[in-house]
Amino acid sequence: MEKILVYLSVFIVGGILCTIAQILIDKTKLTPARVLVSYVVGGVILTAMGIYGPIVDFAKAGATVPLTGFGYSLARGVEKAIDENGAIGILTGGFTATSAGIAAALVFAFVAALIFRSKPK
Amino acid sequence: MKVDEKYEKFASEHAAKSPLGKDCFFAFTVGGFICVLGQAFSDIYTLLGVNEETVKALVPVSLIFLSVLLTGIGVFDKIAKFAGAGTLVPITGFANAVAAPAIDNKAEGYVMGLGAKIFIIAGPVIMYGILASVIYGGIYYIAGLIPI
Repeated sequence: MEKILVYLSVFIVGGILCTIAQILIDKTKLTPARVLVSYVVGGVILTAMGIYGPIVDFAKAGATVPLTGFGYSLARGVEKAIDENGAIGILTGGFTATSAGIAAALVFAFVAALIFRSKPK
Repeated sequence: MKVDEKYEKFASEHAAKSPLGKDCFFAFTVGGFICVLGQAFSDIYTLLGVNEETVKALVPVSLIFLSVLLTGIGVFDKIAKFAGAGTLVPITGFANAVAAPAIDNKAEGYVMGLGAKIFIIAGPVIMYGILASVIYGGIYYIAGLIPI
């Protein structure tokens, strides 16, 4: 039962974050690229303000899978790196925390480009 | 008519065709479903005894792998067409924005084609994400120096 409630909050919070972006795309002239950038930067700011942490505790993947979660990782990474290594963490924290995702995206995309052909749109 | 105006007209005509309610419904359900999939990956890896830090990295990596694969076989675009922000906002949208230009621009060469265009969306995302994290890091560091 508890598991079902967790998955329900994952679904609802994840869905809401996507719906907000959909409204922004439909109602303003915000391009998808700008939405992605806004979500990542928004995630950093909300985490810094102490707002996003509780959302992650509550909604888990519903908050970490959307790109605001990427911003959350950047912010948590920079905090951790500063706590452990001091001032140099300001520069290293963001990339360290997101390195797996970025490296995976680049490498998988490279391999995909070798295997697959561009499809006519 | 200037190019900008033409584009505005084109854009507004096409925007009118996509009703907000339907768009939001698909964005909500598909986006929610992708997050549930992420949570399922997380729970499965945890059950398999993978440590917490590794799980945190493996979940996005798994979703990125699926997105790149679906982009390659041409399925991602079909889902994204009706899901809109539902596939864009989760990490799947980031992965698609890396894979699609890599595949589409390979013909222009491996360096300035694939190599450069792979960052066409990922570049701004990483650029402003890192900028925000460094600014926050600076504030966090200075705040930590002030004795309470």
